[in-house]
Amino acid sequence: MTDTTRMLVLHVAVLAALFALQFVLPAYHHGNLARIMVLASYAIGFNVLFGYTGLLSLGHALFFAAGMYGMGLAIKIYEASPATALIAGIVTGIIISLVIGALALRAVGIAFMIVTLMFAQVGYLTVLYFGEYTRGDEGFVIQQADRILWGIDLSEPTNRYFAALTLFSVCLLVTLRMVQRPFGKTLIAIRENEDRTRMLGYDVFGHKLAAVVVSGTISAAAGAFYGLLFGYVGATFATVQYSIFPLLWVLLGGTGTILGPLVGTLFMFYLIDLSSAVTSAYMLIAGVVLVALTLFAPQGIVGELRKRFWKGLP
Amino acid sequence: MSLLSTRGLSKNFAGLQAVQNVDFDLPEGQIRALIGPNGAGKTTFVGMLCGRTTPSVGRVSFDGKDISHLPAHKRINLGMAYTFQITSVFANLSVEENVALAARRRLVGPEVTAHVQEALQKVDLQDRLDQRAGDLSYGHQRLLEIAMGLVQNPRLLILDEPTQGLADSEIEAFKDLIRGLVPQTTILLIEHNMSVVMQTADMVSVLNFGQILAEGTPAEIHANADVQAAYLGTG
Ligand SMILES: Nc1ncnc2c1ncn2[C@@H]1O[C@H](COP(=O)(O)OP(=O)(O)OP(=O)(O)O)[C@@H](O)[C@H]1O
Ligand SMILES: [Mg+2]
Repeated sequence: MTDTTRMLVLHVAVLAALFALQFVLPAYHHGNLARIMVLASYAIGFNVLFGYTGLLSLGHALFFAAGMYGMGLAIKIYEASPATALIAGIVTGIIISLVIGALALRAVGIAFMIVTLMFAQVGYLTVLYFGEYTRGDEGFVIQQADRILWGIDLSEPTNRYFAALTLFSVCLLVTLRMVQRPFGKTLIAIRENEDRTRMLGYDVFGHKLAAVVVSGTISAAAGAFYGLLFGYVGATFATVQYSIFPLLWVLLGGTGTILGPLVGTLFMFYLIDLSSAVTSAYMLIAGVVLVALTLFAPQGIVGELRKRFWKGLP
Repeated sequence: MSLLSTRGLSKNFAGLQAVQNVDFDLPEGQIRALIGPNGAGKTTFVGMLCGRTTPSVGRVSFDGKDISHLPAHKRINLGMAYTFQITSVFANLSVEENVALAARRRLVGPEVTAHVQEALQKVDLQDRLDQRAGDLSYGHQRLLEIAMGLVQNPRLLILDEPTQGLADSEIEAFKDLIRGLVPQTTILLIEHNMSVVMQTADMVSVLNFGQILAEGTPAEIHANADVQAAYLGTG
């Protein structure tokens, strides 16, 4: 078995476990896991840019929200079907990431972080400005009747779980394949040594732009699914907080690892969930654990696993 | 015919004239050594050839085509390869992946592996495929740089002080290696080691204070009084 097939088997096994879990999980955790898989897909998108290309964006909420509003407004204003609405969300993500990428990539390092942050802020303010359509901070609900995709009611927990798993599987397998192919390996080379990569004859700008588009599109797909599966579209998802979340999830799970985003999202979700059950100062507990992890597992959970036990993990 | 030529090529760094008005012609199939004291502008000059450094003024043409306005990656794709003076391998990637990255630009699939092995064999690093490049000794990193240049099968190979930090036996092997590359590959070699220059170069260009001081065969350059003065620092 080659390395590539071995890794494929491992990752498909994780997906199979997620599939199996839904038959045994109690309703509460079942619902959580559906949410986690969608958010982990968002983290996967973020990781393509941050973990594999070495570009830190502080404005990914813009892409997540682009997908969410592209989908939501298609239903609200144009009464689109869920399938059309999802496509609208994803296409919005492609367009926005292409434009933002072409502009923001002119800046490097800290400036890139600031520029992406600013663009996301513009996105957030745009949502508020067009309150007439978006209902601003309050947001809007997507009615159950509008969430029936090909006769499948996505508000029903099992269907929702399957939809989330489908999205997550596609994102995971696409990125796994990507990092095993020349394109992904070139992104890693850019992360490791941009000047050298350029002097090997690679179009660094073109590759970075493509990375922003892949990353933004996956994030937008996650945003579109989130709105559709949980029936709500709101401006909170366009705030800075939602730009920082995927950074935390990815750092915790393992930057530049395929499974890191899932592990990080799962970990943080339950960390907050469990600590808020114990005390109202749950952010304090969460904070301490996060600091401890950063100190003792600086490469994140999957990153440490790779370092210690499993060198070839993509 | 010249594979590469420059006209009036200059570079200022905030008042410092690192390269001044250089006209340079490199015929196809030649091994050309570029020598000169530290700070003479050699790295800056070749940087302008391959697009790493933007000239202040001047033109560069490659294979009869003006490439002055092409970005670095397009110049490389025309058949130039450049190895860095300051070792710049992908430290966190394996030796194999370093060379594969250089190979993949023109090759796909199983061909990559075959060519990577061949290039590593040429510099005697074939046993270190899986090693992390950053863990190699300095000399071996230099050899890895050379392998990354070789695997691109370039028409013009620019080597910036490739033998710096190599052991004597490795330097001997290097001489044989580059003599074996011509005439398919044209070589521009920045070199401080005079034995390498004398034994490999067809022609030598001397750069001093950013200007071409002399050009000639190794023997002519060796006998040139100006060149000796420049090196001794009395010129
Ligand atoms: N990026 C830069 N900014 C400012 N000055 C520079 C820069 N790069 C080079 N220089 C200056 O330009 C001059 C030529 O430098 P260059 O590196 O081209 O010399 P060199 O001939 O390659 O020297 P060496 O033999 O030490 O490698 C030096 O005085 C150097 O300090
Ligand atoms: Mg130099």
